[in-house]
Amino acid sequence: MTTVVVEKLDVFKTHPLGKYLRRGMIPHIWCTGCGYGILMGEFLRAIDELGLDPDKIVIVSGIGCISRIPGYLNLDGLHVTHGRAIAVATGVKLANPDLHVVVFGGDGDLFAIGGNHFIHAARRNIEMTVICGNNFNYGMTGGQVAPTTPLQGRTTTSPYGNLENPFNLVYLAAAAGATYVARWTAIHVKWLRESIKKALMKKGFSFIEYISPCPEYYGRRNRMRDPLDWMRWFKEKSVIMNGIDPAKAELSMDRIVVGEFVDYERPGYVELLKQLERRVQESLKKRGIRTHARL
Amino acid sequence: MSEERRDVLTGTYFVIGDVAAAEGAIAAGCRFFAGYPITPSSELAEHMAVRLPEVGGVYIQMEDELGSMAALVGASYAGAKPMTATSGPGFSLMQENIGLAAMLEAPVVVVNVMRGGPSTGQPTKPGQQDVMQAKWGSHGDYEIIALAPSTVQECFDFTIEAFNYAEQYRTPVIVLMDEILGHTREKLVIPEPDQIRVVNRKRPKVPPEEYKPFEPEEDLVPPMAILGEGYRFYATGLTHNEQGFPRTDDPYEQEKLVRRLCDKIRRNKEKIVRVEEYMLEDADVAVIAFGSVARAAKAAVKLARKKGIRAGLLRLKTIWPFPEHIIERLAESVKSFVVAELNYGQIVREVERRVDYRRITFLPKFGEALHTPHEILEGIVRSVRGGKP
Amino acid sequence: MGRYEIRLGGLGGQGIILAGVVIGRAAAVYAGMNAVMGQSYGPEARGGASRSEVIISDEEIDYPRTLEPDLLAVMSQAAYEKYIGDLKPGGILVIDPDLVKVDDRAKKASKIYAVPATRIAESLGRRIVANMVLVGALTAITKLVPKEAMENSVKASVPPGTEALNLRAFNTGYEYGLRLLKEGEVEVKA
Ligand SMILES: Cc1ncc(C[n+]2csc(CCOP(=O)(O)OP(=O)(O)O)c2C)c(N)n1
Ligand code: SF4
Ligand SMILES: [Mg+2]
Repeated sequence: MTTVVVEKLDVFKTHPLGKYLRRGMIPHIWCTGCGYGILMGEFLRAIDELGLDPDKIVIVSGIGCISRIPGYLNLDGLHVTHGRAIAVATGVKLANPDLHVVVFGGDGDLFAIGGNHFIHAARRNIEMTVICGNNFNYGMTGGQVAPTTPLQGRTTTSPYGNLENPFNLVYLAAAAGATYVARWTAIHVKWLRESIKKALMKKGFSFIEYISPCPEYYGRRNRMRDPLDWMRWFKEKSVIMNGIDPAKAELSMDRIVVGEFVDYERPGYVELLKQLERRVQESLKKRGIRTHARL
Repeated sequence: MSEERRDVLTGTYFVIGDVAAAEGAIAAGCRFFAGYPITPSSELAEHMAVRLPEVGGVYIQMEDELGSMAALVGASYAGAKPMTATSGPGFSLMQENIGLAAMLEAPVVVVNVMRGGPSTGQPTKPGQQDVMQAKWGSHGDYEIIALAPSTVQECFDFTIEAFNYAEQYRTPVIVLMDEILGHTREKLVIPEPDQIRVVNRKRPKVPPEEYKPFEPEEDLVPPMAILGEGYRFYATGLTHNEQGFPRTDDPYEQEKLVRRLCDKIRRNKEKIVRVEEYMLEDADVAVIAFGSVARAAKAAVKLARKKGIRAGLLRLKTIWPFPEHIIERLAESVKSFVVAELNYGQIVREVERRVDYRRITFLPKFGEALHTPHEILEGIVRSVRGGKP
Repeated sequence: MGRYEIRLGGLGGQGIILAGVVIGRAAAVYAGMNAVMGQSYGPEARGGASRSEVIISDEEIDYPRTLEPDLLAVMSQAAYEKYIGDLKPGGILVIDPDLVKVDDRAKKASKIYAVPATRIAESLGRRIVANMVLVGALTAITKLVPKEAMENSVKASVPPGTEALNLRAFNTGYEYGLRLLKEGEVEVKA
């Protein structure tokens, strides 16, 4: 008689990206057809292909469906208050500049309650990567209107159609001073991955807008209940236009302009801080004093 | 002395409380300051902006106090000893992430140089109206440590102590100063570095595979790993278990966590609390006060003694946890109490929880200026006469 | 020496605050005494008024504000009007006679000294050092804090590069103060 040993499949070992997942936290909470899994997968492929030391990556997120990402990753992660991820990440980066600091946030988290932190971190050019999952609404809380909800878009709190003009996030990021800005949808996986790699290696504030299906809430009220409706929309209406003026990067039901819009160099905040520190300390030495303060 | 401690500017100075607190922070090892200017705390930030680059630290003026407090939590987890300074309106904005710091057990220090409120109130006048907000300001159950200096020297000393408590108990610690202290110049003696006691947070003793970020030791405080060290931990503001995993539906984990967050401070109350007892041995009436007001109270006690009234002073150096055990003990020996504070009744409520209100003469003051010694003396006289003027 | 309260009043730009800092620092840092100093802030400092106050003592200083100044020095009529009522009966009043006219209320002072600090400073070439002339005169008049401690404090408190000028002003004021002590004080003509 033969015994067949059935080994329990351990995806944490067998899957090529399994080593990046946190035991005990899977399964995830996302709905069927949600776009965040695709994003998370591409992020892991990006860090894997770059060969980054996983011990030196810190993920920070606020509150929202997308903000659960750091919980699922076997990396250092902070899951903080709604809207404050970028401010927390600023503290992390400045206190330890050797870390790769990545923020995942929703459109509400980063651009409504946390909008102020976003524009100021971009202005300061703090060396971090911010990835926004734009699903046109507040997924976590049940599908309310967001600063990215299209005009006339239906949500639980815009039941008669949205009156507010949505932000063009890539234009906003560029105007605020981000040195790398790109937009992709859930079907642009390879571009997305390459873009994440670039963003991670950027010595400045990098921003990626990821257009993410939310069939569960936004879809339900806007005739895109089937996840495939979203994919069809992305496929039919998106055009890649690298390098165009982000002000012209349209995002509507009729047209989704994707691509890399901004990519240039200017000194990052950490770099400037280090220069400042050197200058201050040299001045102390030269003048033979212990402080510039008049005590 | 080692090169490393050139940061401590040993010597005698004549500086304002804001500057003394900043120097205390640096002496305690603070190398990260994030803040937003507000009177009467701005001089503290300005001093840090000069000093931190000199000692290899980071100063950043954030876009608001929400962001300042959030940055502190991030910096704390990245291994820094961070601090911010603010006053009423900014303190309100910080509450959100003071709660986060309490939940994530991030050692951080917040200096609140209190001014008159509510709202924008009296920016350049003293207040003591944030006593309750310091304790209850963020939502949910948590405990906090709040210290209240009375002199410029104590602004320095207590800020060091605040960092030490923050590190030891992994908690936000509030330093409750007031406009008078913040803006008053006084003698500050900065000791030799080796005379300064500096406490650092407990670090994990186990390898990453065995590390649970919220598994407490006997003192209820979990050892703290730092981001980027290879522990690959997750810390969430959601209710979490010892591993740090969200447990948002589990009443058992909720109770376990909240009890521990509170008990790690409650159980150590007697170790944390500090008071000054002045002429209380034979006192009939005890004045209770803190901060600048306690100095007026001390002057009043001296005046009362000259008049033959056996008065004494209980000066609160720790506001939270509240020294109720000391007040309870005092209630056995004195006949009556006078509570003087720059608000319309905050400390007095805590005293009333331990002492019959009929034994208490309450002396509120609404800001603008400190109580004068004579105003408090009058209260003492009224108190010994059984409340009658 | 017990508690001694000094209040200085004048206009913004006269260096009233720095004068207070110099006196307090001299006492606290260079003379081993205790000192507490407060100053006008915010609305009070708007409209050009300036106030500083210093409490000096060999003992612990409890109450950190002046209640009844033992010495009031005023460099503007507005400051005189505002603070003369607070002066302790029997206290000392110091005025810049070119800027302040006293009245009956000044009679509560046991001594009144006129120090033309602004004029003296102008004669030294810089009106801006009138405050140090005043501090010098107060040092001589009160004998609270040793002259050497005051000089050290001047050096430590004034902007770098201006030490010599400020010390000259301080010393001129000091000499003037000594002379006043010998020659006696001002008569109050109401
Ligand atoms: C201060 C505060 N206000 C409100 C909430 C409730 N809340 C949680 S997530 C969320 C919005 C999430 O939307 P988004 O950031 O777009 O992320 P998504 O869930 O769509 O990925 C809100 C309003 C909160 N947690 N904290
Ligand atoms: S609600 Fe929307 S965004 Fe949230 S998990 Fe479901 S599909 Fe994804
Ligand atoms: Mg969203």
